[in-house]
Amino acid sequence: MTLESKIPAGDIATKWTQYKSTVPLVNPANKRQLEIIVVGTGLAGASAAATLAEMGYKVKAFCFQDSPRRAHSIAAQGGINAAKNYQNDGDSVYRLFYDTIKGGDYRSREANVHRLAECSTSIIDQCVAQGVPFAREYGGTLSNRSFGGTQVQRTFYAAGQTGQQLLLGAYSGLERQVGLGNVKMYARHEMVEVVKIDGKARGIIARNLVTGKLERHFGHAVLLCTGGYGNVFYLSTNAMGSNVTAAWKAHKAGAYFGNPCFTQIHPTCIPVSGHYQSKLTLMSESLRNDGRIWVPKKQNDDRHPNDIPEEERDYYLERRYPAFGNLVPRDIASRAAKERCDASYGVGQSKMAVYLDFKYNMMQKYGRTEASKLNIANPDDETLIRLGKEVVKEKYGNLFDMYKQITDEDPYEVPMRIYPAVHYTMGGLWVDYDLMTNVPGMYALGEANFSDHGANRLGASALMQGLADGYFVIPITIGNYLSKEIHTKPISTDHEAFVAAEKAASERIDKLMSIQGTRSVESYHRELGLIMWNKCGMARNEKGLKEAIAEIQALRADFYKNVRIPGSVNEFNPELDKAGRVADFLELGELMCVDALQRNESCGGHFREEYQTEEGEALRDDENYMYVSAWENKGDTWELHKDELKYENIKIQQRSYK
Amino acid sequence: MSKLMKLNLKVWRQKNADNAGKFEEYKVDASPDMSFLEMFDVLNEQLIETGKEPVAFDHDCREGICGMCSMVIDGRPHGPKQGVTTCQLHMRSFNDGDTITVEPWRANGFPVIKDLTVNRSAFDRIIAAGGFISTNAGNAVDANSVLIPKDVADEAFEAATCIGCGACVSACKNASAMLFVGAKVTQLSKLPQGKPERETRVVAMVNQMDAEGFGACTNTGACAAECPKQIPLSVIANLNREYIGAKMNGK
Repeated sequence: MTLESKIPAGDIATKWTQYKSTVPLVNPANKRQLEIIVVGTGLAGASAAATLAEMGYKVKAFCFQDSPRRAHSIAAQGGINAAKNYQNDGDSVYRLFYDTIKGGDYRSREANVHRLAECSTSIIDQCVAQGVPFAREYGGTLSNRSFGGTQVQRTFYAAGQTGQQLLLGAYSGLERQVGLGNVKMYARHEMVEVVKIDGKARGIIARNLVTGKLERHFGHAVLLCTGGYGNVFYLSTNAMGSNVTAAWKAHKAGAYFGNPCFTQIHPTCIPVSGHYQSKLTLMSESLRNDGRIWVPKKQNDDRHPNDIPEEERDYYLERRYPAFGNLVPRDIASRAAKERCDASYGVGQSKMAVYLDFKYNMMQKYGRTEASKLNIANPDDETLIRLGKEVVKEKYGNLFDMYKQITDEDPYEVPMRIYPAVHYTMGGLWVDYDLMTNVPGMYALGEANFSDHGANRLGASALMQGLADGYFVIPITIGNYLSKEIHTKPISTDHEAFVAAEKAASERIDKLMSIQGTRSVESYHRELGLIMWNKCGMARNEKGLKEAIAEIQALRADFYKNVRIPGSVNEFNPELDKAGRVADFLELGELMCVDALQRNESCGGHFREEYQTEEGEALRDDENYMYVSAWENKGDTWELHKDELKYENIKIQQRSYK
Repeated sequence: MSKLMKLNLKVWRQKNADNAGKFEEYKVDASPDMSFLEMFDVLNEQLIETGKEPVAFDHDCREGICGMCSMVIDGRPHGPKQGVTTCQLHMRSFNDGDTITVEPWRANGFPVIKDLTVNRSAFDRIIAAGGFISTNAGNAVDANSVLIPKDVADEAFEAATCIGCGACVSACKNASAMLFVGAKVTQLSKLPQGKPERETRVVAMVNQMDAEGFGACTNTGACAAECPKQIPLSVIANLNREYIGAKMNGK
């Protein structure tokens, strides 16, 4: 099967407009006869389900949580990018497009990214219309701040809980359609199988997590909006329930998996404190607007940070990357932190942490401005701290509180200790320009697809992509497929394909339950996570990846011999839910290593130690690897297909933030 | 590594909605740096290793924002600390040798599914009744074309930080959902975009709240005291004001 990305011809700046004007439409009467299944209710899923229902389609939406409002988009902190140029600082759709392609280290698809940048401005309008309370200036206009990898202020935010506000906006739109009877919502349901008829996606098998019963659901199209797979690492900033299961079942049913090894390690997270730890907590990238990152200049320095004088501190990001300083992209900031810690400059009990320090900007930036407003001519340090603290509190208060709650240290008094942690996955199901996978009728939106962020995602771009896909892209592109489906009558769920898919899911569950070994599901997940983190994490090499593949295969074999799942199938059984998810992670982990091993270059978050410049920067090989690796499942192995990337508008070059 | 604390737990166990529940006692060693839910992970691993059924409890983001975790700890929703969810409560808030009682949310509107897990879909139905602004994608005008004074935006934001966990209902002796409903009504009624529907909205949401079996407010204030996001009691005053105004106008 050859991959067709179906990028419309024409100039990049007018492609999307041209496409919108010419794509086939479905008339309102026919829309009411077409059913769409949406799996996942985060930003992409909730916005897609709401918008498609507004247009008249019959929608069924599924989420594994107890309410669609709890999807993990809710936890996004810092903000959402949009090329509004409200700050008059030279921003434009082109600049957002350029920054995103460069930030992704030239491994994303130009046409998709340009469309994303175009949609960005409408997202902000839509959210404000829905009642999303973004931060505002005293004059009543919207407020902006900066994020990594950019030199303009284009990030819109709502304190440190932008994701929450955006998701609640999309959720309210979704619930409105539920109330109107246009969406049927299935909470506490997990998709466990895709149903294909004559090669097209025609429905899903979902498991009711309260009763344990399997259910068959028909749809003319199936949208997977199921987020990323960062939990393959066990410890990540993802929610406990975040999983790859729906995407993985789609992959097993024929959908290609794109760039699985491209994972984002976020530089600023609260460090691991003990072996019992269940997850890691992010400290928003927005903190790098005002926080300066440093380590002591002396190795193994045990002094209290407040006792280390200014001249004995190494602000290593400002030193290495003067043009972008503390606001370099995430992959670069993460690697730089690892480099310092590996060279014994790390701080804290574990020595696997660096400082994120607000004191300078609290005093010199905010304290001075506030003092000036109050006509205090020569403020002393105490006054500057007192006045600056109030401003910092307003900008980042909830994050500072969260840090204190977790670490028992007050970040207003001592610098935060931070270390990189798994956060986001750029890889995902391969999709074409319409966001359709290579299985007709099956789409992937938001983090679940591979398309917009290349090998590294810039901050505040995930929320943008989720909402662009759901509010503005899929409502248009789905017409390209459904306009040809208006003669397809709803297929009975007694069809043999539904029966067979349900049987396969049921047998898989019974197999897991029948093992009754000695080890908990959690222990396997933890062990898998450690293999992935050590050998397929921030730095990778051929030897380690080969070892990891063998270790994962052995761990998977052991899982199917020795895992113990308590309880029974037909009841509320969270351990069984988790077992199904970990079983899929045990397969995905191997594919990630296979992908990392074939990509003999470093790019973005994928850092192969064999391929680096003398200064330790990622060394791309554009001649041989400028493609999306799209993996086809072949039972126990995979076959690689290459979706070549063409850069017609942006000149590719060595990425530099110096 | 800090010293381990020895804890006695009294945990509510209930097979499903049709069965009566009862307390079971367990012993767990916990580090003061663990979160309350991580302590429950340790308990569950012990139970699984000894062939017993783990305790079912709701949780997801574990960073205090998704609103999924829901435990009544020593009689208080989300435990003894103000302004934190169960997942953000750390064991350093307890003492070595403590006996801790853990129960599910208690309200007719939140029936128990299993052990500490309850069904909160009533909250979704209240939002579906009116907790939105009726605007379709594509309709919006430029975001800066309507200026909103900062204090109004801040007030709307404060109300909008509600995570829908249901602690307010669980804390209330009447199992009232007025803080939850008041928060959404306040957010949307303060903003200019929400004003066209403010009267129909508040009436529809209050009617649904009553239909779900939540009680009335008697101004005790336990909801606001236990709210992990510290939503102020003033949102209930605002809810009453909006409701009476709508009723006066015949809605």
